[in-house]
Amino acid sequence: MSMPFYVSPEQVMKDRADYARKGIARGRSLVALQYADGIALVAENPSGTLHKISEIYDRIAFAGVGKYNEFEMLKIAGIRHADVRGYQYSREDVTARALANGYAQTLGQVFTHEMKPYEVEILVAQVGEQDGESNEMFHILYDGTVMDEHGFTVLGGQAEAITDALKADYAEGLDMGAAIRLGSKALGSPDSREINADQLEVAVLDRNRSRRKFRRIEDDEVDQLLAG
Amino acid sequence: MFAPGSDPGPSFFELLRRTTPDALPGGNLPRVNLSAGGPSPAPLEVPHGTTIVCIKFAGGVVMAGDRRATEGYTIASRRIDKVSQCDHWSAMAIAGAAGPGMEMVRLLQTELEHYEKVEGEPLSLEGKANKLSQMIRANLPAAMQGLVVVPLFCGYDLRKGEGRLYKYDVTGGKYEEADFATTGSGSVHARNWIKAGYKPDMTAEEAVNLGLLALFMAADEDAATGGPDPVRRIYPTVAVVDLNGYAKLAEDDVERRATEILAGRSSQ
Repeated sequence: MSMPFYVSPEQVMKDRADYARKGIARGRSLVALQYADGIALVAENPSGTLHKISEIYDRIAFAGVGKYNEFEMLKIAGIRHADVRGYQYSREDVTARALANGYAQTLGQVFTHEMKPYEVEILVAQVGEQDGESNEMFHILYDGTVMDEHGFTVLGGQAEAITDALKADYAEGLDMGAAIRLGSKALGSPDSREINADQLEVAVLDRNRSRRKFRRIEDDEVDQLLAG
Repeated sequence: MFAPGSDPGPSFFELLRRTTPDALPGGNLPRVNLSAGGPSPAPLEVPHGTTIVCIKFAGGVVMAGDRRATEGYTIASRRIDKVSQCDHWSAMAIAGAAGPGMEMVRLLQTELEHYEKVEGEPLSLEGKANKLSQMIRANLPAAMQGLVVVPLFCGYDLRKGEGRLYKYDVTGGKYEEADFATTGSGSVHARNWIKAGYKPDMTAEEAVNLGLLALFMAADEDAATGGPDPVRRIYPTVAVVDLNGYAKLAEDDVERRATEILAGRSSQ
C-alpha cells in the first residue's frame, strides 16, 4: 500500500502555475491598444476561422490566448451572462467589470479546486461610448488575478518582450491604422519577424459605430492598413 | 457551465428556458389544461395592437404598421411602434396583445444576436423565421387566455438575393407569402387595397406608398386601427429591408408622403 505524500500548498500552487504558464507560452500572443476612437485588438492567429477575439456585447469584446477550447468556453459563458443580464435588466446594465469579476471567480475556483488549471489568459475590453468616457480593459490570468490596464496590454507567453516593444512606441491618441501597425510590429518584435495580414486576427471596438461597437477587420483591410 | 447533454447551444431561448424560465414571455402564467374542457378563463383586458402590413418589392420588403393600441373600446396608446428591427437583415411587426408581442420582439432580437455571437455567423433567414415560429408556439398557453400574438416577419435573404416575408398563426404555423401579407383587426381592408394596387416588381417607393394608403383605408373602416393624425403629427411607422439592410423611414419623410396621399384623395 502506498503512503500518501505530504506536499506543501505552496508547492501545489507553484506547480499548477508553472503548468498553466507553460501551456499559455506554447501559443501566440495578443495585444490590445487604446487608440483615438476606441480599442484595437491584434492577435497572431494563423487560423481564419478559430477566433481569439470575439464580440460579447454592445461595447464589450473578449480576447483569449492559450488553450482554444478553454477560452472558447469562457467566451460563450460571457456571452450568455451578458445577454441574460441585458434581457432581464437593460442593455446599459451589462458592464465589463461585472463580466471580469465573473471570469475571475471562475478561473480562481478552477485553479484551486480542479485537477488542472485553465491554460488561458483573457481580456475583457469595454469602449467608452462618448468622448471623455474612459475605456476599460481587464486582463485576467489563469489563477483569477485581475489587472485593470490602461493604454495597452499584452497577453501570452512573450508578454514581457512585447510590452517592452510597445512601451517604446506607444502614444495616446493614435489613429486606427497606426495602432494596428504598432500592434503587429510589437507582436513580431521578440524574434524580429514581420507578420503578414493573413497571420493576424484584428478587431476594433469603435465608439463611432452605432449600437454594436465591435468590428472584425478582414485580411484585405488589414493588408492595406499595414501598408499605409 | 452546462453538462454536454443539457447545453443550450447557440440558442438564447433555450438558455432562458433552462436557467430562468420565468423570464420567458408568458413563462409565469398559470398553465391551462386544454383537454379538460372546463370553462376557459376570462380574456384579460390588455392593450392590443392592430393593423400591420408587409409588401415585397423588386429588391426587398416594406413593413408598416399603424400607431394605435386599444384596450376594449378605449385607445390605450396613440404612439405605439409595432415595427421593429430584429437584426441587420430582418424586421418584425406585431399584432395582438401588445405586452407579450413586445417581449417576443426583444426575445427574438436577443436570440438572433446571441446566435451570431456564439457561432460567429448569422442564422439564415429561413432559420430566423423558424425560430420565431417556435416562440409563438411556446406562447400558446398564454394565447388560450386571450394573449394572442400574431406577428409578421420579413427580411432580405442574402443567399437568394431577394426580400422574403412570412405570416404566422397562433399555433406558430408559418406561412411564407410571395407578394404581401397583412394581419390585425384592420387587415381585411388593408389587404384588399394592397391587392388592388399591387404589381410584381414594384419599386421601394411605390411599395411604401401603397402600404401607407392601405393603412389609411383600413383605419377608415376599422375602429381599432389608427389613421393619420395631422394634429399630433402621428403617422404610421415604416421600415424597408433590402440589400443594404434594415432602414426605418424618418418621421418627416412619412409625414410628407402621408400628406401627399391625403391631398391626392381629398380632391376626388
